[in-house]
Amino acid sequence: MNNIEKLQFYFEFPFVRHAFIVGLLIALCASLLGVTLVLKRFSFIGDGLSHVAFGAMSLSATLPVMIKKAALSYSDSDKLSPDMQKVVNWFGELNDMFIVLPITLLCAILLLRTGQNTKIKGDAAVAMLSVGSLATGYLLMNRYPTRANISGDVCSTLFGSTSILTLKQEDVRLCIIMAAIVIITFILFYNKLFAVTFDENFVKSAGVNANGYNLLIAVITSLIIVLAMNLVGSLLISALIIFPSLSAMRVFRSFRGVIICSAVISVLCAAVGIIASILYSTPVGSTIVAADILAFFLFSILSVFLKKRSV
Amino acid sequence: MSVQMKCVNASLGYDGSVVADKLDFTISSGDYLCILGENGSGKSTLIKAILGLKPQISGEIEWCGDVKKNEIGYLPQQTVVQRDFPASVREIVRSGCIGKCGLRPFYTRKEKELAEDTIKQLGIEQLAKRCYRELSGGQQQRVLLARALCATRKMLLLDEPVTGLDPKAQIDMYELIAKLNREGITIIMVSHDVAAAVKYSSHILHIGRRKQLFFGRTEDYVSSRTGRAFMEAEEEENE
Repeated sequence: MNNIEKLQFYFEFPFVRHAFIVGLLIALCASLLGVTLVLKRFSFIGDGLSHVAFGAMSLSATLPVMIKKAALSYSDSDKLSPDMQKVVNWFGELNDMFIVLPITLLCAILLLRTGQNTKIKGDAAVAMLSVGSLATGYLLMNRYPTRANISGDVCSTLFGSTSILTLKQEDVRLCIIMAAIVIITFILFYNKLFAVTFDENFVKSAGVNANGYNLLIAVITSLIIVLAMNLVGSLLISALIIFPSLSAMRVFRSFRGVIICSAVISVLCAAVGIIASILYSTPVGSTIVAADILAFFLFSILSVFLKKRSV
Repeated sequence: MSVQMKCVNASLGYDGSVVADKLDFTISSGDYLCILGENGSGKSTLIKAILGLKPQISGEIEWCGDVKKNEIGYLPQQTVVQRDFPASVREIVRSGCIGKCGLRPFYTRKEKELAEDTIKQLGIEQLAKRCYRELSGGQQQRVLLARALCATRKMLLLDEPVTGLDPKAQIDMYELIAKLNREGITIIMVSHDVAAAVKYSSHILHIGRRKQLFFGRTEDYVSSRTGRAFMEAEEEENE
């Protein structure tokens, strides 16, 4: 079977097509906000938040087991009461996003707040939160194992599912809705985000609620991180956020140019990455990031040539 | 000459500690007020108070006449973020209209025209498509000045606008500010360049450690004890 036939074979399945669309949407969202995050010196916060998301994900995965164990230790029989069983089942069926998103959001707001008062310096707070949640997450997964293959579970949360095809129909729908929210918000607040990114003091002096927009940035960032966890895993999310915008900044010299270019780079790299991962059966997340790195080097070389021509 | 802002017996500071005490001054339309003071004398706290970002501990800061709070064009000091920011001059000047937008997501045609007119007024139309980070320091300050003018035509607050510029660019900047002042825009400039302050301003507010040393017309400042002492000290430093 040659490559094209192989792709055709795969794309006949609706879940492959869905996964492809979701992948591109996530890449698009991540790149849109990436420019703002990089310019505001927030790329580290994005990285920290993705680790928080890992901790939250572990919590969400182990919660049913945890409740079951706690309930069993308080009851005399070694079977759960029907009511308790219902609670455990409910948590088991609950989509991870409903637990991961609020926790990540909370941490995002917390991190932005510590940036303002200086009791714990911003970067130290980020470092603290990120390693703290990594450790807690791993601890929880080991203490309350949901399945026999713990390292497999941890690995796929950190580096993304070995195949994006394991996405559930429900995940796909939720992803599309969230991506739509991110994109619409970004377009509606584009001018404000630009102004707040470029000069917070000026914006404040004009009577605009700059802190409100910072909060908006934090909210969208956490949305994107939770979205992207499915695709590339929590360790690799930052790559999706920063690489396309850094590549675009090498070549383009207006904010709009950078945003559009980084969106295009990100979507193209995601497409190339997903297709390559199907053809060569590599993990999706790292293949996409590899494509992003390649794009960064291409744009770096391009920028050198452009500079030579303009001098 | 109508009064635009009155500052009556205001104390400024943060977390309960007073940085500048008993500030008393008024600004009328068309004034060119220069705020002098050494580092740590509370100049930046005063700026925040005037902009309404940090309320005064006691006393009053009152807006009168046609100027309202948040109707000041502010030219902040450059930040690290801006130095390598990929944005065109036009994008930055337009962002001066941000205060007029409210919840409206996009700029109106009128606001875009205002930005274009301001770009022409400051003589930077040949830079409009250039990238901000590739401009010289003087050009960057002009762009930020244009942005401030998009916010308002009544009053400008300039925070050390010539810091880091070469001597010729400094003179150009001062001349440009003086020209805007002649066109009727009230100027408040924070500076520690006494020579330029005396040369260009109409009024001077001099704040020292925790208290106000002088407020009045520039002619009176030159002959006052505070003024003479400060200018002599400055001259000695330059020698």
